[in-house]
Amino acid sequence: MSARTTNARKAVSLSEGTKYAVLIFFALIILVPIYLAVIGGFKSIGQLNSDPVGFPKPFLAENYSNIFFKSGFFKYFLNSAIIMSVTVAIDVIVAALAGFALSRFTIKTKNLVYQYFLLGLLFPMTLAILPLYIQLRALGLLDTFIGVILPQTAFLLPFHILIFKGFIKEIPDELEDAVKIDGCGKMGFFMHVVVPLSRPAIATVSVLAMVASWNNFFLPLIVLNDKDKFTLPMGSMDFVGQYLADWNIILAFFVVSMVPAIAFYLYAQRHIVSGLAAGAVKG
Amino acid sequence: MDVTTLAVTAKKGSSDHKAKATNRERALFYALLLPAFLLVTMFIIYPVVNTVFYSFYDWNGFGPLKNFVGLKNLRTLLRDPLFWNALRNNGIVIGFSIFVQLPIAFLLAILVSKSSSRPTIFFRTVFFLPYILSEIITGVIWRFIYHPQFGLLQQVFAKLAPDYSYTGFLADPKTVFIAILFVVFWKYFGFHMILYVAGLQGIPPEYYEAALIDGANPVQAFVYVTLPFMKNAIQMSLFFCIIGSLQVFDIIWSMGQGGPVHAAETAVVYLYKFGIKSSKMGFGSMVAIVIFVICLAFNVLYQRVINKEER
Repeated sequence: MSARTTNARKAVSLSEGTKYAVLIFFALIILVPIYLAVIGGFKSIGQLNSDPVGFPKPFLAENYSNIFFKSGFFKYFLNSAIIMSVTVAIDVIVAALAGFALSRFTIKTKNLVYQYFLLGLLFPMTLAILPLYIQLRALGLLDTFIGVILPQTAFLLPFHILIFKGFIKEIPDELEDAVKIDGCGKMGFFMHVVVPLSRPAIATVSVLAMVASWNNFFLPLIVLNDKDKFTLPMGSMDFVGQYLADWNIILAFFVVSMVPAIAFYLYAQRHIVSGLAAGAVKG
Repeated sequence: MDVTTLAVTAKKGSSDHKAKATNRERALFYALLLPAFLLVTMFIIYPVVNTVFYSFYDWNGFGPLKNFVGLKNLRTLLRDPLFWNALRNNGIVIGFSIFVQLPIAFLLAILVSKSSSRPTIFFRTVFFLPYILSEIITGVIWRFIYHPQFGLLQQVFAKLAPDYSYTGFLADPKTVFIAILFVVFWKYFGFHMILYVAGLQGIPPEYYEAALIDGANPVQAFVYVTLPFMKNAIQMSLFFCIIGSLQVFDIIWSMGQGGPVHAAETAVVYLYKFGIKSSKMGFGSMVAIVIFVICLAFNVLYQRVINKEER
């Protein structure tokens, strides 16, 4: 009996051990390349050549500080930030309104409209890029921020409407009835109950939209031509072209440009699971 | 957090008790949907419909659409070995994702879904991290790791196999695509893992207790309790996996533009090189349509499979 319990305990601790071994293994696969890029940015090109893995010696912080003063980094950063803020604002508002309409109204055409939006999920932006280019040209939106913002928001909407719809549907009807008794209409219910209760969904959708906009490369590549309007990913590719041999400088530039995305993520990451759980996975 | 639990535990009232919509309510309904409808129609549906038209023309994107060529673009495309090469590469990405990436993501999800202790949250956060990095940044970091002079792999080979002269996996047509697949895994498995974690957390623990009382072993509990509850999450994950694999572009572009010698070209790289870059709008549109039809076929197929299993 006692032997049995020790065996069982051993099995449990062994599986705990294996579990952490597996987790640490995968965490290292993710973190080592990022770590090497970060310290690579502090090295001289000579050291990068002889010892890419060791600690920087000498420690060249000016690789990083130079990025800010040369290279157009600030300009690209600002352009990306403007495009991202407007995209997130439009996306969250439009998707929340649509998700509300699709989950709290009993209208015959509701399902049809929803299917229409879901159709949008089937068309990745990369495939619609040619006619999109031609249409933006016809609308005079080429080489403008709006020309990036509106299409990228449109392509984010179907998935984000789905998240909001799933989330808002779960709000108990009793709450809606209670608000009705207090003399509030549908919009009162939306403003006073749905919006405050949907904060995890709003957080999830915002982070997804921020990341998508911040990282978008294909659409700005095709819409923006003027170097002063380049976004950070475009500027980065341009930078790699210019400094092809100086990998330490390239690494410094890329490390600095990934900081904002990591910051949003760490700020909002605890909402991501609950938001996706309620929205996407329960559908 | 409380909201989710509140929403889940609260009994759903029947939707029948809502009265038939008044005209005012109907107007509000359409007003709420209007902005989303306009954006989706103008920037997704309308361009996609236009793609169909363009694909029947020989057109450089300027001037009127007049040189109708019927299905000539399709014939040219289907005869181009480079296109088949690109599609094969997409097929490899899909196969790799379904049979390697998703199972590993599922396993890791099981390991990090149960508790919300600090280490668990740490691992979850780390695994999702690459997903939020741009494909361009990811590509360049890995170009560095694979670099024949400055990279980690060069060091590893120098230590472990001094006889082997490492010339860079990305420079060799034989290894370039495998090297890219690894990066695809690195970047995306965390996203799928989070979908699975979300699904696993939605399974009420009572079900497991009931299964254990009924004498189910862990495997049976997995098959009869976990899997049915995970249907939505798996469906979602497969959907994104297939669509994403078929449209992979940025990551390949930033790691060497599909080269060397076309070895890492995928369908969208092909579309960009031979449609957009060479100003063949009609031909490019046909490429887009073929890729879209494949996307659609895949989705219909797997929806069928999933619905069948449900019955």
